[in-house]
Amino acid sequence: MEITVQEFKHCDMITVKGRVDSATAPQLAQALEAANEAGKYKLVVNMAELEYMSSAGFRALLAAQRNCKRYNRGEVVLVSVPDRIREALELAGFTELFKTFDEPLLAVGHF
Amino acid sequence: MKSVQFAAKFEFLDEIRDFVGTIAREGGFGDKDVYNIQLATDEAASNIIEHAYEGVSDGVLELSCGMKDDTITIILVDHGEPFDPSSIPMPDLKADLSERKIGGLGIFLMRKLMDEVRYDSHPEKNSNFLTMIKRKR
Repeated sequence: MEITVQEFKHCDMITVKGRVDSATAPQLAQALEAANEAGKYKLVVNMAELEYMSSAGFRALLAAQRNCKRYNRGEVVLVSVPDRIREALELAGFTELFKTFDEPLLAVGHF
Repeated sequence: MKSVQFAAKFEFLDEIRDFVGTIAREGGFGDKDVYNIQLATDEAASNIIEHAYEGVSDGVLELSCGMKDDTITIILVDHGEPFDPSSIPMPDLKADLSERKIGGLGIFLMRKLMDEVRYDSHPEKNSNFLTMIKRKR
């Protein structure tokens, strides 16, 4: 798994590549927490090159959404979610907790 | 049925998913089913590592997998604490953000993604068996 962070004027984009499972989810959780600690609560998680995510990854996203929503207009949104991962998120009832966008620019423009 | 033993550590989840994924693909399952079989097996193995072997550093996880006709069977055996998935309440998928609980989500996914999930504990043999079955449609 590989994580890169890109800063925009009104939000940060966190791009996650590869596979998120119980072994790698702590790294994702850490990246999301680091953003919060830096005062960033408007986060776009770009999943375009994400191959796999288990419920350990869902847990990291849920914790981040809780932390971000505590702040005024803070929010985690998801972009370019691959089909298989979208289906699992839907099954888990997570798609109601996260706005999702098809294109990074649309997600960034949301903030 | 092919069998392989893994140290019960998260770092082997990649290999665990590859092992069942290869057998499922060779058995004729499509991409979507292969992904879901891998996800269910990952969730099962993660639960064993996290709960059955909580605080145990040298736990062993035995994974068996095979095709018969149009059915894949996956069996995970551990020698840790019995952990019955059916004792875990279903997550409330309608709960809002603040009330949403993450516990039980892995088991919920296993049940949704596979056709059958069975758990048998044999304390006299110090072994727990988790069997999952999925049929081709």
